[in-house]
Amino acid sequence: MRTITIRISHTTRDEATVKKSSFAAIPLLLIALGAGLPFHEAAAAGDTFTIAIKDHRFDPSELEVPAGKKLKLVIKNLDATPEEFESHELKREKIIAAKGQATINIGPLKPGTYKFVGEFHESTAQGRIVAK
Amino acid sequence: MLATAIIVFREVLEAALVVSIVLAATRGVLRRGLWVSAGALAGLLGAAVVAWFAEAIAAAASGVGQEIFNAAVLFVAVIMLGWHNVWMSRHGRELASSLKSVGAAVRSGTSPMHVLAAVVGVAVLREGSELVLFLYGVAASASGDASGMLVGALVGVGAGATVGATLYLGLLRIPSSRLFTVTGWMILLLAAGMAGQGAAFLVQADILPAFGQTIWDTTALIADDGVLGRVLHTLIGYTARPYGIQVLFYLLTLGSIMALMKIVNHSPDAGAIRGAGVAGAPSR
Repeated sequence: MRTITIRISHTTRDEATVKKSSFAAIPLLLIALGAGLPFHEAAAAGDTFTIAIKDHRFDPSELEVPAGKKLKLVIKNLDATPEEFESHELKREKIIAAKGQATINIGPLKPGTYKFVGEFHESTAQGRIVAK
Repeated sequence: MLATAIIVFREVLEAALVVSIVLAATRGVLRRGLWVSAGALAGLLGAAVVAWFAEAIAAAASGVGQEIFNAAVLFVAVIMLGWHNVWMSRHGRELASSLKSVGAAVRSGTSPMHVLAAVVGVAVLREGSELVLFLYGVAASASGDASGMLVGALVGVGAGATVGATLYLGLLRIPSSRLFTVTGWMILLLAAGMAGQGAAFLVQADILPAFGQTIWDTTALIADDGVLGRVLHTLIGYTARPYGIQVLFYLLTLGSIMALMKIVNHSPDAGAIRGAGVAGAPSR
């Protein structure tokens, strides 16, 4: 919002000034984006996805999520043993206590498939996230 | 059994590599075995405590306690490693001329041995807590067969220790006049890698911006989850798909430690500092 205002206010000036001010607006824009993201995220409850772990398997094992957005993954471990959510493709690793749950921040993701595993039971605990 | 061995190996590997670098970097230091053992023991105890409180740590700081804890532990190690290198650069000349002077410095109480012992402790703590949780899980599940798990765990520890021992013995083949130059570089890269890893945890916690999700992707060349990828990850901080901020932290740490080493080494009254250090700063 603020950056738009700056640009408008300069439209009447000469071209050089406009160029200069739009360069100056880039860091401002970045700061505004950085500051705005957590609020945006908190506001949108639809960006939270839940995956359960039961009998050392993920349920669902395939999850479709929107690309280009920050998301929250809530992993609920229904097993009596701890698990470690690990994904090199998502660059995430997090221990989830037995009968516990953990929230994992992911994204913004490029469209594509991202595999994840439960490191403590890698033979069965496998899943993937499809960003569209 | 094999699955257990592989997981245990992965966790032990990183700690074993750190311990072997520290052992090589402290060659000739009196009672270093005691210090390193004390560090490892403290790390193991800490690992059990961390594992016990895993759920409480994870729930802290609105769900990102685990990430913050990991990052904090890594940054502590970075400071310790940097400290060691700066100390070494101050005492570099003495060390290059004779290993015995290291012993003298330790006796006078200026050695950073307690600092490196802490690094060992931190490495064991981080990897150990995951290991404790994993083994507890296997032991607790009804399907787990105890003897298979025990054998698997022992094989994993043995394999990890073997890689560490190989690195250590390889480093010992370096002539002592150059050994500390090599270990200095290794510790520098270790610190930079840990700083990058710490930054990645803070991105994961949504505390730091990523500054670019994937700066480059070398998965096809060396994958993160292969043995080579894991070894390089520990030794030089290799990551197949780093965040921008990870690269930034890496370079900043590398630059800061090197600059501090230069300043301390080239300072005009380095001799005076050295004198004062040996005589008057045992508390540090």
